[in-house]
Amino acid sequence: MDTKTQTMIRMYTQMLRIRTFEERVGELFLKGGTAGSMLHLSIGEESAAVGVGEVMNSGDGFTTHHRGHGIFLARGADPKRMMAEIGGKEDGYCRGKGGSMHIADNDLGHLGANAIVGGGISHVVGAGLTYQYLGKEQVAVAFFGDGAMQQGGLYESMNLAALWKLPVMFVCINNEYGMGTRLDRASASLEFAKRAETFGLNGLEVDGLDVCRVLQDAQELMDGVRNGTPAFLKVDCYRFHGHARKDKSHYREEEEEHKGREKDPIAHLENQLVKNKLVTTEELERIKSQIDNEMDEAMEYALNSSEPETMQRFQDVYAPESPEPLPVDERILQALNDPLS
Amino acid sequence: MSQITYREALRIALQESMREDSTIILMGEDVGHYGGAYGVTKGMIEEFGEKRILDTPISEEGIVGTAVGSAMTGLRPVVELMYVDFVMLAMDQLANQAAKIRYMFGGQISVPMVMRAQGGTGRSGAAQHSQSLEAWMMHTPGLLLAIPATVTDAYFLLKHALKLSDPVVFLEHKMLYTLKGEINTSDSLSWGQAAVLRQGSDFTLVTYSRMVHRALDAAEKLAEIGIQAEVIDLRTLYPLDTETINSSVKKTGRALVVTEDCLTAGVSAELSARIMEGSFEFLEEPVLRLAGEDIPIPVSPSMEKEAVPSVDRIFSTAKLLLRK
Ligand SMILES: Cc1ncc(C[n+]2csc(CCOP(=O)(O)OP(=O)(O)O)c2C)c(N)n1
Ligand SMILES: [Mg+2]
Repeated sequence: MDTKTQTMIRMYTQMLRIRTFEERVGELFLKGGTAGSMLHLSIGEESAAVGVGEVMNSGDGFTTHHRGHGIFLARGADPKRMMAEIGGKEDGYCRGKGGSMHIADNDLGHLGANAIVGGGISHVVGAGLTYQYLGKEQVAVAFFGDGAMQQGGLYESMNLAALWKLPVMFVCINNEYGMGTRLDRASASLEFAKRAETFGLNGLEVDGLDVCRVLQDAQELMDGVRNGTPAFLKVDCYRFHGHARKDKSHYREEEEEHKGREKDPIAHLENQLVKNKLVTTEELERIKSQIDNEMDEAMEYALNSSEPETMQRFQDVYAPESPEPLPVDERILQALNDPLS
Repeated sequence: MSQITYREALRIALQESMREDSTIILMGEDVGHYGGAYGVTKGMIEEFGEKRILDTPISEEGIVGTAVGSAMTGLRPVVELMYVDFVMLAMDQLANQAAKIRYMFGGQISVPMVMRAQGGTGRSGAAQHSQSLEAWMMHTPGLLLAIPATVTDAYFLLKHALKLSDPVVFLEHKMLYTLKGEINTSDSLSWGQAAVLRQGSDFTLVTYSRMVHRALDAAEKLAEIGIQAEVIDLRTLYPLDTETINSSVKKTGRALVVTEDCLTAGVSAELSARIMEGSFEFLEEPVLRLAGEDIPIPVSPSMEKEAVPSVDRIFSTAKLLLRK
């Protein structure tokens, strides 16, 4: 098998892992196994995570928005520990303190998912500054939605990255919606790459239907990033489901959704693989059942993982060198304690 | 040791720390070639160069966010905000990001950064250049908060802040930069410990930053009429040394809290609650709070002066507290 085919199959597998993971998260939610209802699934956007993830190296840093499960998986996350974190469990990546919207893993370069729209973007500028300052080969990538394109902080970040020639890439996953507001109702201009170019970045826009094209554009930009020109990439996708798990998308027409879901990067790549006889149906079946098993196990793991000890809520507010906050109950007892006795 | 200013003490702390620790960088608006709006970083670019002293664009959110990201990945950035009033533009990065990253990520990632800023009245800076916003920071779990009043503390607290693993908000006072003193190396107070600057048996005066000096002046005048104040300089607001405060109040039975920040939901409210909780049985009088008025700071020098506690007001309030 040539390397191109290998890459295609690897990307197919990764995209399918992401989709299956998200579907299981949905099931976990129905079983009451998730902490909170704010679960933002990335179904339909897998090509952005995988296409860009493919051009990153181990050690590269990244931050994501609130819809970041897929990106983390593409960068090597263990679905078991992810699922446990989404369940707010002890075995999760953040020991049950972060959840879906604040998952992170220093070892894999994940500098954190962020629940503030645009909140994690400038952190990659800082990471890029660290890499440049220490003379490291690493780069840092910020992933965010189309909603963040209307946040001022993004432009401060683009300017700083370009000004200081930092090894930074900005990736906008355009799923056409910010909650219920369609992009054309939020932004007067839709030419996002142009905005980035104005700041001195290399900018490209790519149709997320075809992960191979995402990979190609990401690679082109990444070559520049590693040579001192920060970059911006917009990947056009469609958010297949509601904004969060409970949202039924009453604000958009069924016909539109139907058309949007035709933009399916997984089906598209599968067709290509089959049509060009790059993979047998048996092979595809094997991949699918392997992924099913992996994600079933992850869900089981999360359901069986224990709840964190509740006293842990006072830990990690500060490093151990600083005093932990005094629990409210203790303060009350101290106040009532008769100091004369 | 020779007399130096509070400004110089800060600079020396930065210089010494940067010589010891090559991961420290300094960034902010006009901190490099200009030398800092209040001159704290003057000349530092000559020694450390543009790589370590970064003049930034006027992008508070971006600068603080960049500092957060660099702190997460191995540097130890010091960000200077020209005025604490500008922290509003960076508040998300400070309060939602820097303060919570260690916690949200289960202790995996530290944010060892120092955000320096200066605040307070005294230069007719008007409503957007004169505030004392420490209560906002104190209200945010995850932030450490140092607020030096003396030359020695400016030096030692900043040096210590540059060794910690969590984000430190370091609040200077614009009227203290020219204060002169010696760096007292025998000062054995540790980070987080309040200083009892004057012993007294009649009442406890709890304060910090510039108000420390007004409190000490008022205490001198009070001594002349036979009232002995015990003056406590908190030095840091997180950690907050309630032990020193309460052991003093238990001795004196009376407490006056003096702050420049405005009264309502201000630092003085928290301090008086802590005294009430810790020393209730010992209190002879209600805890009094002499704080900034609940008004924006006016530009008129005569109105500005009346917006925050003065030596005379501390003096007269103490007399009221002692029923004299
Ligand atoms: C600063 C901020 N404002 C508003 C919100 C509420 N909110 C959460 S997600 C979201 C939509 C974001 O849209 P986009 O950036 O396109 O990401 P998507 O959800 O489409 O992936 C909004 C408004 C928030 N979390 N943070
Ligand atoms: Mg969107």
